[in-house]
Amino acid sequence: MSVASPVLGAFAADRDALDLLASRRLASCNFAVAIAAFGLGALMAVMQALARADLPVWFSSPAVYYLSVTAHGVLMALVFTTFFIMGLGYLLMRRAFGGLEWETLGWVSFWTAVFGTVMTTLAILSGTSTVLYTFYPPLEAHPTFYIGATLLVVGSWLWCAVMIRTWLVWRRTHQEPMPLAAHGILTTVVIWVLATSGLAAEVLGQLIPWSLGWVETIDPIVARTWFWWFGHPLTYFWLVPAYVVWYTILPRVAGGLLFSDKLGRVVFVMFILFSTPVGFHHQFVDPGVHAGWKLVHTFTTYAILYPSLVTAFTIIASLEVAGRMRGGKGLFGWLRTLPWRDPLFSGVALAMLTFAIGGFGGAINAAYAMNTVVHNTAWIQGHFHLTVGTAVTLTFMGATYWFLPKLTGRRLALRPLATWQPYVWFGGMMLFSLTSHATGLMGQPRRVFSSSYFGDEVAGSWRLLTGMSAAGGVVLFVSSLMFLAVVVATWRWGRPVTEAAELEIEFAAALDPLPERRPVWDRIGLWALIAVVLVIAAYAKPIYDLLSLERYGSLPFRPF
Amino acid sequence: MHVDLYERIWMWAASAMIALFLAVVAFSAATQAVHPPGEVETIDPLQVRIQGEFAAPGVHRGPGGETTVVVVAEMFRFEPSVIRVPAGEKVTFRVTSPDVLHGFQVVGTNANVMVAPGYVSEFSLTFPEPGEHLVVCNEYCGLSHHLMSGKLIVEEAR
Ligand code: HEM
Ligand SMILES: [Cu+2]
Ligand SMILES: [Cu+2]
Repeated sequence: MSVASPVLGAFAADRDALDLLASRRLASCNFAVAIAAFGLGALMAVMQALARADLPVWFSSPAVYYLSVTAHGVLMALVFTTFFIMGLGYLLMRRAFGGLEWETLGWVSFWTAVFGTVMTTLAILSGTSTVLYTFYPPLEAHPTFYIGATLLVVGSWLWCAVMIRTWLVWRRTHQEPMPLAAHGILTTVVIWVLATSGLAAEVLGQLIPWSLGWVETIDPIVARTWFWWFGHPLTYFWLVPAYVVWYTILPRVAGGLLFSDKLGRVVFVMFILFSTPVGFHHQFVDPGVHAGWKLVHTFTTYAILYPSLVTAFTIIASLEVAGRMRGGKGLFGWLRTLPWRDPLFSGVALAMLTFAIGGFGGAINAAYAMNTVVHNTAWIQGHFHLTVGTAVTLTFMGATYWFLPKLTGRRLALRPLATWQPYVWFGGMMLFSLTSHATGLMGQPRRVFSSSYFGDEVAGSWRLLTGMSAAGGVVLFVSSLMFLAVVVATWRWGRPVTEAAELEIEFAAALDPLPERRPVWDRIGLWALIAVVLVIAAYAKPIYDLLSLERYGSLPFRPF
Repeated sequence: MHVDLYERIWMWAASAMIALFLAVVAFSAATQAVHPPGEVETIDPLQVRIQGEFAAPGVHRGPGGETTVVVVAEMFRFEPSVIRVPAGEKVTFRVTSPDVLHGFQVVGTNANVMVAPGYVSEFSLTFPEPGEHLVVCNEYCGLSHHLMSGKLIVEEAR
């Protein structure tokens, strides 16, 4: 992540290489903020894991715990992911289209988002905004919490503009299908714009005016409805970039070919269509929303399982192709020849394995009869640490090992740490998350500083498992430190790369031939339009119904 | 569009699986009345403790013998904090909050609902066995959220 051009040793005289690295600086800066946010979030996480197991942590108290969970949720789920995805967008789109348009706007985006992030983080650390990363009113944070978050999102919108502009300019002179990676990044952009329209309605329409005292009251159910309009596609905003890595980078690193480029495009289009009209599955047990609409959103929720199932086949088939090209034989022999010591490969492979478990849990959450058993229990926390906390995060960590030399001009340092880090994370997360699933089924709520409940017997029966979960948290923390050590050591002290090829970004070639003219799947605008229609169909009536009730707003509360 | 044979089989299998999920949901909704709670009823949070049923929370028996449990969830307690209900009978819960969001979850049962100021949450349930259950708030509501709890005691059928 060097800002000054790195020393390239014998290779330093090569102007092309230096220019290449300089052209990736915007991506580097976004990645640097993402990784810093991750480090801070990981630091808070250990304390939380220990506290909620009722283990003595001398610096912990309810005030510290809930402040920390707020900071951890915001830094991990919103800051780390958003900056990382923006960095990935710059890196891959520049490669896919041979350049970026409006790069200056990219820098405006970066500084706006950084400014907003600092503002929100300070609001949280000052103790005036302990509202958790879901900030459900009528809990009221300091206005700078909401304004900072808004600036982060505004920054990300400017990033969207850079991505779209780059694509449109390229398309003027090209008839062929765009590279699959670009297709995936544009899918991410569309999902993000759809998602954040709901967030904007909540934050600009309700929260900011209310927290500034311009209006006295707020409707918490309307706010939750806007929030989950945003909240579910948010998860696909995280996931689709991870899929981009699975489809376009993993097969190449594994030494094989992408099994089907075409199906990748179909999968991305399905995400554009179905990621947003599903939000009521987070509100199954909310008052104020008719059961019929909850049922409608259940149907669309199951539809969105489909593209992930197709992805599972395509990626595993691609890996089999790779394994056989490397000489693997037999029904499962090809698995052994895969590059399990390459941290991009192992990170992504373990991420996929974790996602299979997480996806299974997700199908359970979506059935509302089962949802009542797990809603707001520790099960949920176990679930999203498998999905965003591992399937996405471990993919991003693997991707970091892959692009770090291409951004810094230095080879990975502390290579053994990098090799083992994904495995340690996987082990820690299984311990942390599977035990959380279990205590959730036994009734332990999520987001609790302590779960002793005045010595209640049933609560006592969670103790052993929460203790194991805390141990998992410690292992995860160790893994986080390994990751950060590799990043910092590479950036500061890595040995310079010596060959131009080490700086190249190469996408996986596909097994199926690409058509000469762009297929209908590449018509992102068309799909976005259909998605808007679906969102309106899923939300217009229930929101209208909600707004036409005789409603009484809520005054603000700050019980922290 | 050409798709590899095995992948095509997989895609059909995936479609079939999703269709099966949906059929189960639709079937149980249509024939066994398995619905998510969908009570649409508003209330002035400032009046909760002052007038109406929530001014006197507790377990009430209606003229037809039906049991209704009226609960106020507030920072950081439930009222009533100990709820006694008969086993083997349908019990209807009505819950609201005068302040922030809360959760009302009876550990070891299917009772689990969000509680929001300005709205009334309602659901019905039958507890088959006598016994004692922990009641917890499962939505963050402030610094004593983890202390907000109560008891639900299921008594022998009358
Ligand atoms: C370093 C390893 C990690 C550990 C030990 C860890 C641990 C925890 C713990 C103990 C909680 C609080 C649970 C509760 O009280 O309900 C939590 C919450 C959370 N974590 Fe992590 N976590 C880790 C990494 C991550 C990552 C990588 C992400 C996402 C990218 C993530 C996202 C979240 C979110 C969104 C919450 C929810 C906060 C809330 O309920 O308001 N975590 N984590
Ligand atoms: Cu969701
Ligand atoms: Cu609470």
